[in-house]
Amino acid sequence: MGNPSRRQFLKLIGTTGAALLVGKGEAAASSETHQVSNETLGMLYDATKCVGCKACMSACKRVNSDYGSLSYEQAKFDSDALWDAPQDLTGSTRTLIKLFKESGRQWSYVKYSCMHCQKPSCVSVCPVSAMTRDTHTGTVDYNKDTCIGCRYCQIACAFNIPKFQWDKAIPQIVKCDLCKNTNLLKKGITACAETCPVGAIMFGKRKDLLAEARKRLQENPGRYVNHIYGEKEVGGTNHLYLAAMPFNKLGLPILKENAPAEFSEKIQHTIYKGFIAPVALYSTLCFVAIRNMKKHGAEDKDSKSGTEGHGEGSK
Amino acid sequence: MSHDEYQIHRAKILTPSFIVLLVLTLIGFFLIGVRFVKGIGAVSNMSDGYPWGIWITYDVATGTAIACGGYAMAILIYIRNRMHYHPMIRSAILTSMFGYGLAGFSVMVDVGRPWNAYNFFIPSKWQVNSAMFEVALCVMAYTTVLLLEFLPAVLTTLEKTEWKTLQLFMDRLHHYTGIKRPERMDERLEAVKDLGAWLKPRLDKVLIFVIVLGITLPTMHQSSLGSLLLIASTKLHPLWHTGFLPLLFLINCMFIGYSIAILESVISCYAFKRPYETKELSGMASIIPWLTVIWLSVVIGDLAWRGQLGTALAFDFYSGFFLLEFCLVAGGSLLMFSGKKRQSIRWLFVSAALIVLGGALYRFNVYLIGFNPGKGWHYFPALAELLITVGIVAFEILGYQVLVKILPVLPKLHTRQQLDETHALVEKA
Repeated sequence: MGNPSRRQFLKLIGTTGAALLVGKGEAAASSETHQVSNETLGMLYDATKCVGCKACMSACKRVNSDYGSLSYEQAKFDSDALWDAPQDLTGSTRTLIKLFKESGRQWSYVKYSCMHCQKPSCVSVCPVSAMTRDTHTGTVDYNKDTCIGCRYCQIACAFNIPKFQWDKAIPQIVKCDLCKNTNLLKKGITACAETCPVGAIMFGKRKDLLAEARKRLQENPGRYVNHIYGEKEVGGTNHLYLAAMPFNKLGLPILKENAPAEFSEKIQHTIYKGFIAPVALYSTLCFVAIRNMKKHGAEDKDSKSGTEGHGEGSK
Repeated sequence: MSHDEYQIHRAKILTPSFIVLLVLTLIGFFLIGVRFVKGIGAVSNMSDGYPWGIWITYDVATGTAIACGGYAMAILIYIRNRMHYHPMIRSAILTSMFGYGLAGFSVMVDVGRPWNAYNFFIPSKWQVNSAMFEVALCVMAYTTVLLLEFLPAVLTTLEKTEWKTLQLFMDRLHHYTGIKRPERMDERLEAVKDLGAWLKPRLDKVLIFVIVLGITLPTMHQSSLGSLLLIASTKLHPLWHTGFLPLLFLINCMFIGYSIAILESVISCYAFKRPYETKELSGMASIIPWLTVIWLSVVIGDLAWRGQLGTALAFDFYSGFFLLEFCLVAGGSLLMFSGKKRQSIRWLFVSAALIVLGGALYRFNVYLIGFNPGKGWHYFPALAELLITVGIVAFEILGYQVLVKILPVLPKLHTRQQLDETHALVEKA
């Protein structure tokens, strides 16, 4: 009497596995990829123009400190409290200028802030929709009033952009929202792009930014690495980069062109499509369990005597 | 199916181990208090590079797998129709209940803004793309299911209770403080009893549907615990990042579940001085190697398909942990394949322990050890962080110890001989 039920059980495992395999196959074959929208807003940072004045950093903090819960940071070396010197993007800092040194003569500034992906991982993984992407503007925004603080967005982000306030009793996630509720609302431009004295940060629609970047690459072929970082990476980002140094040396990881969120969502969707698989599983199991119970009721005495079972168990 | 398959373990509650566990629990809960006042950074070494530390890796990802004893036993009994294991399920469900309940509690300690957790119940906030959403709802539902599955133990006790402890307490309270016993107390207690008596047969009737739900839900969220890391394609080491993560986590929790059921039975029989359930355990042990063989084949097949077999044998840091995990599971399974070793409690214990260690290490590898957010990030849990986890685990064991002594949870000892053996063991101690 054990054999049919064992078969059922193995079938069960098999079905789950098959569902996954199908998922993989679909992921490979599917043509249903996300649409890149070039009408959305973004920024183009040109590392060869940047002079490292960090005016963008202070403008960002000045404009967004109240709304975005930013604050000045005291570095460890700074016992006199005379610096605002964040080491990295943190729970108090949304944008940051760093300087990469290849040698004494070769160096490049680099600016970090949210990449505003076209298919953002953080939005895909947030369980309560606290991370959202505005399809009209392309801005990836965070709402602290729904966030539960699970930090899955930090796990998911390939650029390590979302930062958590580890030292606060009431913490939140901090990341660039393109000055959505502050400078952009008032002046139609992000604070960093508005402040930059040398035009290293260009603000505009993604299509215009791409066109400008291509133009610069064409006009000064020797000046740049021939690549627009963010054009294709993880399905495209709205924050684009031009630089004279390989991007991975500037702390921008080498990434594939497909968005990680597409891969994970495809598998999750295949398993839970229409919630059919869980319901089917539940009904099958109910059927088997109730049948077993009935059978057991009939053979109550036999099984209690303990004569069956162990032999077949160790097949 | 009857409720008299179980019995209360009659023994003292205040044992030395009780005191030790209580102290550990209190330390843990004090540190949890510190975390809520001063922020997560004050007690943990987690960082923006390693936003998930030991709490998620152990308490949630590994702890719920270890709490899969109830799930594995339910499959064995109700789906594979091995009703003679039924007496063992209640203690398995109790440990599952503690494991899952405390995993949920750990999550509330770990998340930064727990007061917003109500958003899980607001459909407009649902985000069905997120594996985390699925895990959260499923774990909450399963914890409820486990409570329902355990309810019969409480109801049976309620049926027979004379409220002795409560009466004694009220008398003492009256004696020391002069507070009078509330009028109609007996009447109300009687009403509670009646409610229990009314509920029990009705619950018994629908219990099978709850039990099957208790098989479906872990199948869903244990696989989703694997799906959680699918997104981290750039951070999780290629040895572990694969589209098969959900399947691997599902099979992994099954063999951990059976192995932990063996360990729990051996340990509680040893600790409570009861005869070992060798026959049942060796029967259960015969299932485990088949599950691990499927699991190991998927692991190897997947590595070969993705061309990562070389990485696995590179003998560097990652390969080392991979091989350790692999050998622990494979070694334990090899021992269990031998019918002779399965008859020995010692070998059963050793092989089950190897498999649980290997299976748990797999989860650590996926969540922590194989996770590399980039240059410059390091993580090793802080002492306070570890003590919080220890406190929660101590509370789990404490709760189990106490509940088996006040509720009918452990399998009833049937024969005269078994009873005599127990008495002899107790006297010897």
